[in-house]
Amino acid sequence: MLLEVEGLCVNYGRIEAIRDITFSVEQGSVVTLIGANGAGKTTTLKTLSGLRKVRAGSVRFQGRDVTHMASHERVPLGISQSPEGRRIFPGMSVVENLDMGAYARADRAKTRSADLERVFGLFPRLLERRDQAAGTMSGGEQQMLAIGRALMSHPTLLLLDEPSMGLAPKLIQQIFSIIKEIREQGTTILLVEQNAAQALKIADSAYILETGEIVRTGTGRELAADDSVRAAYLGGDV
Amino acid sequence: MTQGKASPDTEPSAARSAWGPRLGWDRGALARRITALPVPAKWTLIGAFVVFLYALPLLEIPILSTPDTDFGAVLFTVASYVLVALGLNVVLGYAGLLDLGYVGFYAIGAYTVAVFGSLQAQLSWWLLIPMAVVFTTISGVLLGAPTLRVRGDYLAIVTLGFGEIIRLTALNTDWLGAAKGITGVPRPPSVELFEIPHLQWEGATAVIDLDDTTTFLVFGVADQAPYYWLALTVIFIVLGADRMLRLSRVGRAWEATREDEDAAELMGVPTFRFKLLAFASGAFIGGLSGALFASRQGFINPESFQLLLSILFVAAVVVGGAGNRWGVIMGAIVVAYLPERFRGFEEWRLLVFGMALLILANFRPQGLIPPRRTRRAQAVDEQLEALEEGTDRV
Repeated sequence: MLLEVEGLCVNYGRIEAIRDITFSVEQGSVVTLIGANGAGKTTTLKTLSGLRKVRAGSVRFQGRDVTHMASHERVPLGISQSPEGRRIFPGMSVVENLDMGAYARADRAKTRSADLERVFGLFPRLLERRDQAAGTMSGGEQQMLAIGRALMSHPTLLLLDEPSMGLAPKLIQQIFSIIKEIREQGTTILLVEQNAAQALKIADSAYILETGEIVRTGTGRELAADDSVRAAYLGGDV
Repeated sequence: MTQGKASPDTEPSAARSAWGPRLGWDRGALARRITALPVPAKWTLIGAFVVFLYALPLLEIPILSTPDTDFGAVLFTVASYVLVALGLNVVLGYAGLLDLGYVGFYAIGAYTVAVFGSLQAQLSWWLLIPMAVVFTTISGVLLGAPTLRVRGDYLAIVTLGFGEIIRLTALNTDWLGAAKGITGVPRPPSVELFEIPHLQWEGATAVIDLDDTTTFLVFGVADQAPYYWLALTVIFIVLGADRMLRLSRVGRAWEATREDEDAAELMGVPTFRFKLLAFASGAFIGGLSGALFASRQGFINPESFQLLLSILFVAAVVVGGAGNRWGVIMGAIVVAYLPERFRGFEEWRLLVFGMALLILANFRPQGLIPPRRTRRAQAVDEQLEALEEGTDRV
């Protein structure tokens, strides 16, 4: 297993954001965490990237215990996150943002042009905008940049936080097909989404979070076909 | 604007035209024209400007000179503010940390020179300066290590307290001279080489005045020009280091940390370590400036390190444009020079000074010369206003 999460509990002060959740991500797969607002999806992802402190439980990455490791130390190990709300560096240009993505890699200068080419291949839009200040781009472009930037560190595991949030339907389709492409290029993906329909379509396995706990587990297809899941998360039709 | 290849549909022309009249002129134009010059011409121009800066106290240009105070002394004060502003710019402008107790480092630098050069020991000036710098850097790390874990407003409050603690400690410790201060602070060692005459102006014509000369290089009481030369030289060295840091990985890490600390962590930037480095570098430069101040002044007491000074330092950086080294230099010049230039206004001068700051804050809220990123952020804001939000598109 690439990532094993066991009995994870995270608090915000005295409020339990996630309670005793256990799941795992297999190398080469797309795993999704779905659930309503406030179910603890983003908290889970932030905990995996090290931005939130763990109260109890453990996180193992490639067999190594990373539970209490700082964020910046996890990046060289191969964990990379595209944060929620397209948190790009607004004052930097597109290329400067992408260069920040490769910050932690010692051999970044050697692979820079190939890496940029890969990102621009996935997101041709970014190539057109390469010298533009990132903050002046549209929401969709910023989302592309956030994902592209996360890829610049050559992650083994890519954490995607709500990549479809606030985007137009046509663009959502596009982002999801790019996510599939990234997986085909060999990167394992843990995807947090409110857009359950799309997420289940591309997921090998899926976990449903409700008020900080995992309430359902299955393959993407199983859950997408399940009547109660459809009623609760897919608005009745896919 | 340095927007590069901005395509017209994401950058409404409204945002551009809104910028034009506000700035009044294309700021990049001068810089571009200088960079476009052939290399020898560029260096000649820069060289001439540097020589002009060094010659300032000798030229005594009528509109620049301060009629009511020794111009050399004013120039030194301005130079030490510039140095302080460059240091605070690393902390506030590059790393985005609001330090309201910067005078604390300035005081530690000054007190190191005074205490170990006069009151408790009589060490050589050449030893005192590195000592002052080491002490302030260490104090920067000691202050930063526990406090840089808190963000934003809390940091401002803690540093505000730090500045006052340093002053009150000096005020209440006999070993540090207490309220009566320390006299006989060592001056930089002098070498008497040659005499340089000043200019004297009769209307628009200048004559060389052989009766009014500065001895190179004597650090005395009456003629303050050598102190200015010393400070100016230090400024050039600091500017060089500043530029190197800014363009390096360190500069990038600071920029990322300031823009979004969590996102910077996710890029693998050890943000805490870089904030501490910014704090220590800022303290280093602040201490250096304080040490020069004490060796010029010859006398220091706790009154020289009031809270007001911290506020003035922050004002210099903000007025000039936090994050842009040329901007903060301008800011420091405004803050240090204007009150001296208008000393003739007597007690009105502070009112005039305050009004000048108010006018600047109103007409140039991003500072005299804002850094590239601030100009970009401003463009984003205007663009968002133009779009009235919610029209997300690719």
